[in-house]
Amino acid sequence: MHELSIATNIVAVAQEEAAARGVEVEAVYLRLGALAGVVVDSLLFGYEVASQGTPLEGSRLLIEEVPLTIYCPNCQAEFELAGIQSLRCPKCQELSSDIRRGKELEIVALELKEQP
Amino acid sequence: MTKSPRILEVRANVLKDNDVLARSLRERFAQTGSLVLNLVSSPGSGKTTLLRQTLLELSPRYRVAALVGDLATDNDARRLAESGAPVRQIETKTLCHLEARMIEEHLQDWDLRQIDLLFIENVGNLVCPSSWDLGEDLRVALFSTTEGEDKPLKYPTLINTADIALITKIDLAEAVEFDREAMYRNLREMRPGIEILEVSGKRGTGMAAWLERLERALQTKRSQR
Ligand SMILES: [Zn+2]
Repeated sequence: MHELSIATNIVAVAQEEAAARGVEVEAVYLRLGALAGVVVDSLLFGYEVASQGTPLEGSRLLIEEVPLTIYCPNCQAEFELAGIQSLRCPKCQELSSDIRRGKELEIVALELKEQP
Repeated sequence: MTKSPRILEVRANVLKDNDVLARSLRERFAQTGSLVLNLVSSPGSGKTTLLRQTLLELSPRYRVAALVGDLATDNDARRLAESGAPVRQIETKTLCHLEARMIEEHLQDWDLRQIDLLFIENVGNLVCPSSWDLGEDLRVALFSTTEGEDKPLKYPTLINTADIALITKIDLAEAVEFDREAMYRNLREMRPGIEILEVSGKRGTGMAAWLERLERALQTKRSQR
């Protein structure tokens, strides 16, 4: 289960960003591509485990799932794909290896704790 | 009155530490001209047999070495060491994949100038290794004929990061009624243009083409130095 490793990285990176700004974190916003190879439930569980004993303990991980999107040179347009098992254009059925979105594994925002 | 939450925009790649390390490994490999291969497969794909044969056949002409990722046992590493090549085991304990820092740690006292080809045998797993760049030149995904031709469909993330698909145990293709066309189609659905080679480490089928491919990659790398 590599989600625990990835969760550990999320906690470390978020903590680093927070510490650099001198803030405390309520929630971490993550963008997760369909092709990132990460199982959401496992990642959420991993986050809970990985954040224990760190300043992020008790914070939430909010995941925005990004569907796989390709650019079809034939149709000259981007298409969101329903699954991840084929890079075929849903309109003209051509294969395209021009992946525009769907590999994301990035922290995009931090929600800060209210100052008392 | 409730205050709206304070949202702070940041942009940070979760695996940035690994990627930075992988990049520095890649630079080192470029300086020494060592060709590095990351072999990924499920357990039982015939990876160790193929690698052992590859080391044996390349070693009269090249300086070859291997790093073997394994959860606990060193069985694979011992089998590979029979080839006479320097082999080192990376014990990952509970970790289901190799990360760049493990490669760096295990290469610390190795003189890369003495290595032409370095094979990294990843942990037997088709899911987890795909996210982790190890600084390799080529990522090779192994599928055996006995695993069935729909296997690539179950691991699209890995296929999408692979440069070469190696179909192993090709000597058993007939016996298991391996559907070659379906296998090629499934691989190309997720990685159009992926290079596909068929081999049998046990019988030697297709080994010449595989070895030739490795030599060609090594020459290309050297010419870029
Ligand atoms: Zn199209």
